[in-house]
Amino acid sequence: MVVFPGSNCDADVLHVVQQVLGQEGRFVWHREEDLSGFDCVVLPGGFSYGDYLRPGAIARFSPVMRAVTAFAAAGGLVLGICNGFQVLLEAGLLPGAMLVNDSVQFRCLETWLRVENAATPFTVACRPGQVLRVPVAHHEGNYYADPATLAELEAQAQVVLRYVNQNGEETPEANPNGSARNIAGIINRYGNVLGLMPHPERCAEPILGNTDGRYLWNSLLSWVQQGGGRVV
Amino acid sequence: MIGLRHLPGAGQGQMLYSGRIHVTLKSGVLDPQGDTVARSLLALGYDQVKQVRIGKYLQVGLEAEGQEEARAALEEMCRQLLANPVIEQYEIEVVPA
Repeated sequence: MVVFPGSNCDADVLHVVQQVLGQEGRFVWHREEDLSGFDCVVLPGGFSYGDYLRPGAIARFSPVMRAVTAFAAAGGLVLGICNGFQVLLEAGLLPGAMLVNDSVQFRCLETWLRVENAATPFTVACRPGQVLRVPVAHHEGNYYADPATLAELEAQAQVVLRYVNQNGEETPEANPNGSARNIAGIINRYGNVLGLMPHPERCAEPILGNTDGRYLWNSLLSWVQQGGGRVV
Repeated sequence: MIGLRHLPGAGQGQMLYSGRIHVTLKSGVLDPQGDTVARSLLALGYDQVKQVRIGKYLQVGLEAEGQEEARAALEEMCRQLLANPVIEQYEIEVVPA
Protein backbone atom coordinates (compact mmCIF):
# COMPACT_ATOMS: atom_id res chain seq x y z
CA MET A 1 0.00 0.00 0.00
CA VAL A 2 1.73 3.11 -1.21
CA VAL A 3 0.98 6.11 1.00
CA PHE A 4 1.20 9.60 -0.46
CA PRO A 5 0.57 12.69 1.65
CA GLY A 6 -3.22 12.93 1.33
CA SER A 7 -3.96 9.26 0.67
CA ASN A 8 -6.95 8.28 2.80
CA CYS A 9 -8.00 4.78 1.74
CA ASP A 10 -4.63 3.18 2.53
CA ALA A 11 -5.73 1.84 5.92
CA ASP A 12 -8.92 0.38 4.42
CA VAL A 13 -6.92 -1.53 1.82
CA LEU A 14 -4.40 -2.77 4.40
CA HIS A 15 -7.33 -3.91 6.58
CA VAL A 16 -8.77 -5.94 3.72
CA VAL A 17 -5.40 -7.49 2.86
CA GLN A 18 -4.54 -8.41 6.45
CA GLN A 19 -7.85 -9.03 8.21
CA VAL A 20 -10.11 -10.16 5.37
CA LEU A 21 -7.67 -11.97 3.08
CA GLY A 22 -5.27 -13.01 5.85
CA GLN A 23 -2.23 -11.90 3.87
CA GLU A 24 0.87 -9.91 4.69
CA GLY A 25 0.93 -6.29 3.71
CA ARG A 26 2.44 -3.02 4.78
CA PHE A 27 2.39 0.69 4.07
CA VAL A 28 5.07 2.04 1.75
CA TRP A 29 5.73 5.76 2.28
CA HIS A 30 6.03 7.86 -0.87
CA ARG A 31 9.74 8.47 -0.19
CA GLU A 32 10.62 4.77 -0.24
CA GLU A 33 12.26 3.43 -3.39
CA ASP A 34 12.44 -0.31 -2.85
CA LEU A 35 9.49 -2.56 -3.65
CA SER A 36 11.38 -5.84 -3.77
CA GLY A 37 9.57 -8.77 -2.19
CA PHE A 38 6.05 -7.58 -2.95
CA ASP A 39 3.60 -9.55 -5.10
CA CYS A 40 1.35 -6.57 -5.62
CA VAL A 41 1.52 -2.82 -5.12
CA VAL A 42 -1.68 -0.90 -4.44
CA LEU A 43 -2.00 2.83 -5.03
CA PRO A 44 -4.95 3.72 -2.80
CA GLY A 45 -7.65 6.33 -3.01
CA GLY A 46 -7.54 9.77 -1.46
CA PHE A 47 -6.28 13.18 -2.41
CA SER A 48 -2.53 12.86 -2.90
CA TYR A 49 -0.85 16.25 -2.54
CA GLY A 50 -4.28 17.81 -2.12
CA ASP A 51 -5.07 17.07 -5.78
CA TYR A 52 -3.16 20.29 -6.51
CA LEU A 53 -2.81 21.15 -10.20
CA ARG A 54 -4.55 17.90 -11.28
CA PRO A 55 -5.31 14.72 -9.33
CA GLY A 56 -2.19 12.58 -9.39
CA ALA A 57 -0.05 15.19 -11.15
CA ILE A 58 2.31 15.78 -8.23
CA ALA A 59 2.22 12.24 -6.84
CA ARG A 60 3.61 10.81 -10.06
CA PHE A 61 6.95 12.51 -9.31
CA SER A 62 7.23 10.91 -5.87
CA PRO A 63 10.36 8.79 -5.39
CA VAL A 64 8.19 5.71 -4.92
CA MET A 65 6.70 6.13 -8.40
CA ARG A 66 10.08 5.37 -9.99
CA ALA A 67 10.00 2.12 -8.06
CA VAL A 68 6.38 1.46 -9.04
CA THR A 69 7.24 2.03 -12.71
CA ALA A 70 10.18 -0.39 -12.49
CA PHE A 71 8.04 -2.88 -10.55
CA ALA A 72 5.37 -2.74 -13.26
CA ALA A 73 7.94 -3.02 -16.06
CA ALA A 74 9.24 -6.19 -14.41
CA GLY A 75 5.72 -7.64 -14.50
CA GLY A 76 4.70 -6.93 -10.91
CA LEU A 77 1.00 -6.46 -10.23
CA VAL A 78 -0.06 -2.85 -9.71
CA LEU A 79 -3.59 -1.89 -8.67
CA GLY A 80 -4.64 1.77 -8.66
CA ILE A 81 -7.93 2.58 -6.94
CA CYS A 82 -9.61 5.96 -7.48
CA ASN A 83 -6.84 8.50 -6.85
CA GLY A 84 -4.42 5.62 -7.45
CA PHE A 85 -5.93 5.23 -10.94
CA GLN A 86 -5.47 8.97 -11.51
CA VAL A 87 -1.80 8.66 -10.48
CA LEU A 88 -1.28 5.75 -12.92
CA LEU A 89 -2.76 7.85 -15.75
CA GLU A 90 -0.59 10.85 -14.92
CA ALA A 91 2.45 8.58 -14.71
CA GLY A 92 1.69 7.17 -18.15
CA LEU A 93 1.41 3.60 -16.82
CA LEU A 94 -2.12 3.59 -18.22
CA PRO A 95 -3.37 5.56 -21.25
CA GLY A 96 -5.83 8.46 -21.11
CA ALA A 97 -6.72 11.09 -18.53
CA MET A 98 -9.47 12.07 -16.12
CA LEU A 99 -11.82 15.01 -16.56
CA VAL A 100 -14.15 16.50 -13.98
CA ASN A 101 -17.37 14.47 -13.67
CA ASP A 102 -19.94 15.56 -16.24
CA SER A 103 -22.29 16.47 -13.37
CA VAL A 104 -19.52 18.71 -11.94
CA GLN A 105 -20.40 17.08 -8.61
CA PHE A 106 -18.43 14.87 -6.28
CA ARG A 107 -20.31 11.60 -6.78
CA CYS A 108 -20.44 9.22 -3.82
CA LEU A 109 -22.81 6.38 -4.62
CA GLU A 110 -23.26 2.69 -5.43
CA THR A 111 -22.45 1.65 -8.96
CA TRP A 112 -22.82 -1.60 -10.82
CA LEU A 113 -19.88 -2.87 -12.82
CA ARG A 114 -19.85 -5.45 -15.57
CA VAL A 115 -16.74 -7.60 -15.80
CA GLU A 116 -15.69 -7.24 -19.44
CA ASN A 117 -12.50 -9.24 -19.16
CA ALA A 118 -12.39 -12.05 -16.62
CA ALA A 119 -8.95 -13.28 -17.67
CA THR A 120 -6.88 -10.68 -15.81
CA PRO A 121 -5.08 -11.24 -12.48
CA PHE A 122 -7.62 -8.87 -10.93
CA THR A 123 -10.78 -10.57 -12.26
CA VAL A 124 -10.07 -14.32 -12.63
CA ALA A 125 -12.49 -15.15 -9.80
CA CYS A 126 -15.33 -13.43 -11.71
CA ARG A 127 -17.56 -14.79 -14.43
CA PRO A 128 -17.32 -12.97 -17.76
CA GLY A 129 -20.17 -10.46 -17.77
CA GLN A 130 -20.72 -10.76 -14.02
CA VAL A 131 -22.25 -7.64 -12.47
CA LEU A 132 -20.66 -6.38 -9.25
CA ARG A 133 -22.01 -3.70 -6.92
CA VAL A 134 -19.12 -1.44 -5.89
CA PRO A 135 -19.27 2.17 -4.59
CA VAL A 136 -17.56 5.18 -6.16
CA ALA A 137 -16.55 8.47 -4.52
CA HIS A 138 -14.78 10.99 -6.72
CA HIS A 139 -14.89 14.34 -8.50
CA GLU A 140 -12.59 13.54 -11.44
CA GLY A 141 -13.59 10.12 -12.76
CA ASN A 142 -14.71 11.10 -16.23
CA TYR A 143 -12.32 8.94 -18.23
CA TYR A 144 -11.09 10.49 -21.45
CA ALA A 145 -8.93 9.13 -24.24
CA ASP A 146 -8.75 10.02 -27.91
CA PRO A 147 -10.78 7.82 -30.31
CA ALA A 148 -7.73 5.84 -31.46
CA THR A 149 -6.77 5.00 -27.87
CA LEU A 150 -10.35 3.99 -27.02
CA ALA A 151 -10.51 1.74 -30.07
CA GLU A 152 -7.19 0.17 -29.10
CA LEU A 153 -8.39 -0.41 -25.51
CA GLU A 154 -11.54 -2.13 -26.76
CA ALA A 155 -9.69 -4.20 -29.37
CA GLN A 156 -7.19 -5.48 -26.82
CA ALA A 157 -9.88 -6.21 -24.18
CA GLN A 158 -8.22 -3.66 -21.90
CA VAL A 159 -11.56 -2.28 -20.72
CA VAL A 160 -11.97 -4.58 -17.71
CA LEU A 161 -14.90 -2.96 -15.90
CA ARG A 162 -17.77 -0.89 -17.27
CA TYR A 163 -20.54 0.99 -15.48
CA VAL A 164 -23.90 -0.71 -16.07
CA ASN A 165 -27.31 -0.75 -14.43
CA GLN A 166 -28.44 -3.53 -12.07
CA ASN A 167 -29.46 -5.63 -15.05
CA GLY A 168 -26.01 -5.38 -16.55
CA GLU A 169 -27.05 -2.96 -19.29
CA GLU A 170 -24.73 -0.18 -20.36
CA THR A 171 -26.83 2.98 -20.10
CA PRO A 172 -26.02 6.69 -19.71
CA GLU A 173 -27.90 6.70 -16.38
CA ALA A 174 -25.64 3.97 -15.01
CA ASN A 175 -22.58 6.09 -15.72
CA PRO A 176 -21.81 8.18 -12.59
CA ASN A 177 -19.31 10.55 -14.18
CA GLY A 178 -19.68 10.73 -17.96
CA SER A 179 -16.75 8.39 -18.51
CA ALA A 180 -16.08 7.51 -22.15
CA ARG A 181 -17.85 4.27 -23.10
CA ASN A 182 -18.91 3.83 -19.45
CA ILE A 183 -15.34 2.85 -18.60
CA ALA A 184 -14.80 2.16 -14.89
CA GLY A 185 -11.51 0.28 -15.05
CA ILE A 186 -8.77 -0.40 -17.60
CA ILE A 187 -5.68 -2.57 -17.68
CA ASN A 188 -2.38 -2.03 -19.47
CA ARG A 189 -1.34 -3.93 -22.58
CA TYR A 190 0.67 -6.46 -20.57
CA GLY A 191 -2.19 -7.18 -18.19
CA ASN A 192 -0.43 -6.40 -14.91
CA VAL A 193 -1.46 -2.80 -14.17
CA LEU A 194 -5.14 -2.14 -13.44
CA GLY A 195 -6.75 1.19 -12.61
CA LEU A 196 -10.36 1.56 -11.49
CA MET A 197 -12.39 4.39 -9.99
CA PRO A 198 -14.72 2.27 -7.77
CA HIS A 199 -13.56 1.15 -4.32
CA PRO A 200 -13.47 -2.66 -3.89
CA GLU A 201 -11.98 -2.22 -0.40
CA ARG A 202 -15.26 -0.63 0.74
CA CYS A 203 -17.35 -3.71 -0.01
CA ALA A 204 -15.35 -6.72 1.06
CA GLU A 205 -17.03 -7.74 4.33
CA PRO A 206 -20.57 -8.78 5.37
CA ILE A 207 -20.59 -6.13 8.12
CA LEU A 208 -20.43 -3.49 5.39
CA GLY A 209 -23.51 -4.97 3.74
CA ASN A 210 -21.77 -5.84 0.50
CA THR A 211 -19.05 -8.33 -0.31
CA ASP A 212 -18.88 -7.95 -4.09
CA GLY A 213 -15.43 -6.38 -3.81
CA ARG A 214 -14.19 -9.77 -2.66
CA TYR A 215 -14.41 -11.06 -6.22
CA LEU A 216 -11.61 -8.70 -7.19
CA TRP A 217 -9.53 -9.31 -4.06
CA ASN A 218 -10.03 -13.09 -4.37
CA SER A 219 -8.92 -12.90 -8.00
CA LEU A 220 -5.71 -11.17 -6.98
CA LEU A 221 -5.12 -13.65 -4.19
CA SER A 222 -5.68 -16.75 -6.30
CA TRP A 223 -3.52 -15.35 -9.11
CA VAL A 224 -0.62 -14.73 -6.75
CA GLN A 225 -1.04 -18.07 -5.01
CA GLN A 226 -1.11 -19.95 -8.30
CA GLY A 227 2.33 -19.05 -9.46
CA GLY A 228 3.33 -15.65 -8.28
CA GLY A 229 2.34 -12.24 -9.44
CA ARG A 230 4.55 -11.93 -12.50
CA VAL A 231 2.59 -11.56 -15.71
CA VAL A 232 5.29 -10.84 -18.29
CA MET B 1 5.08 27.65 -2.04
CA ILE B 2 7.68 30.12 -3.21
CA GLY B 3 6.15 33.52 -3.76
CA LEU B 4 7.84 35.86 -6.21
CA ARG B 5 8.88 38.12 -3.36
CA HIS B 6 10.89 35.30 -1.84
CA LEU B 7 13.02 34.75 -4.91
CA PRO B 8 16.63 35.81 -4.52
CA GLY B 9 17.85 38.56 -6.81
CA ALA B 10 19.09 37.63 -10.24
CA GLY B 11 22.54 36.03 -10.38
CA GLN B 12 25.46 37.12 -12.58
CA GLY B 13 24.29 37.54 -16.17
CA GLN B 14 20.82 36.39 -15.21
CA MET B 15 17.59 38.27 -15.63
CA LEU B 16 14.34 37.78 -13.78
CA TYR B 17 11.39 36.90 -15.94
CA SER B 18 7.75 36.30 -15.35
CA GLY B 19 6.16 33.48 -17.29
CA ARG B 20 2.43 33.84 -17.79
CA ILE B 21 0.94 30.50 -18.65
CA HIS B 22 -2.60 29.63 -19.66
CA VAL B 23 -3.49 25.95 -19.45
CA THR B 24 -6.80 25.08 -21.11
CA LEU B 25 -8.62 21.96 -22.18
CA LYS B 26 -8.02 21.11 -25.83
CA SER B 27 -10.87 22.02 -28.12
CA GLY B 28 -13.11 18.99 -28.43
CA VAL B 29 -12.44 17.87 -24.86
CA LEU B 30 -15.60 18.20 -22.77
CA ASP B 31 -15.46 20.96 -20.13
CA PRO B 32 -18.28 20.23 -17.65
CA GLN B 33 -17.40 23.25 -15.50
CA GLY B 34 -17.38 25.60 -18.48
CA ASP B 35 -20.70 24.22 -19.71
CA THR B 36 -22.26 24.76 -16.26
CA VAL B 37 -21.02 28.34 -16.10
CA ALA B 38 -22.30 28.96 -19.64
CA ARG B 39 -25.76 27.72 -18.59
CA SER B 40 -25.66 30.04 -15.57
CA LEU B 41 -24.78 33.02 -17.75
CA LEU B 42 -27.66 32.17 -20.10
CA ALA B 43 -29.98 31.88 -17.09
CA LEU B 44 -28.89 35.38 -16.08
CA GLY B 45 -30.02 36.65 -19.45
CA TYR B 46 -26.71 36.85 -21.28
CA ASP B 47 -28.21 35.39 -24.44
CA GLN B 48 -25.13 36.30 -26.48
CA VAL B 49 -22.98 33.68 -24.68
CA LYS B 50 -22.12 30.78 -26.96
CA GLN B 51 -19.47 28.95 -24.99
CA VAL B 52 -17.38 29.08 -21.81
CA ARG B 53 -14.10 27.20 -21.40
CA ILE B 54 -12.41 27.18 -18.01
CA GLY B 55 -8.66 26.89 -17.63
CA LYS B 56 -5.81 27.76 -15.31
CA TYR B 57 -3.55 30.77 -15.21
CA LEU B 58 -0.10 30.29 -13.72
CA GLN B 59 2.57 32.89 -13.07
CA VAL B 60 6.06 31.47 -12.86
CA GLY B 61 8.88 33.74 -11.75
CA LEU B 62 12.21 32.47 -13.02
CA GLU B 63 15.82 33.38 -13.76
CA ALA B 64 17.26 33.02 -17.23
CA GLU B 65 19.97 34.53 -19.42
CA GLY B 66 17.44 35.74 -21.92
CA GLN B 67 13.83 35.65 -22.93
CA GLU B 68 14.27 32.64 -25.23
CA GLU B 69 15.96 30.60 -22.52
CA ALA B 70 13.14 31.48 -20.13
CA ARG B 71 10.57 30.39 -22.69
CA ALA B 72 12.36 27.10 -23.36
CA ALA B 73 12.44 26.33 -19.64
CA LEU B 74 8.74 27.14 -19.28
CA GLU B 75 7.92 24.93 -22.30
CA GLU B 76 9.67 22.05 -20.60
CA MET B 77 7.82 22.70 -17.33
CA CYS B 78 4.50 22.67 -19.18
CA ARG B 79 5.32 19.41 -20.95
CA GLN B 80 6.52 17.69 -17.80
CA LEU B 81 4.09 18.89 -15.15
CA LEU B 82 1.98 21.98 -15.67
CA ALA B 83 -0.24 20.59 -18.44
CA ASN B 84 -1.45 17.09 -19.21
CA PRO B 85 -0.90 16.69 -22.97
CA VAL B 86 -3.71 14.12 -23.22
CA ILE B 87 -6.39 16.70 -22.45
CA GLU B 88 -4.75 20.12 -22.15
CA GLN B 89 -2.93 22.72 -24.23
CA TYR B 90 -0.90 25.69 -23.04
CA GLU B 91 0.14 29.17 -24.08
CA ILE B 92 3.22 30.87 -22.69
CA GLU B 93 3.99 34.58 -22.51
CA VAL B 94 7.34 35.75 -21.13
CA VAL B 95 7.89 39.27 -19.81
CA PRO B 96 10.74 40.84 -17.82
CA ALA B 97 9.83 40.68 -14.12
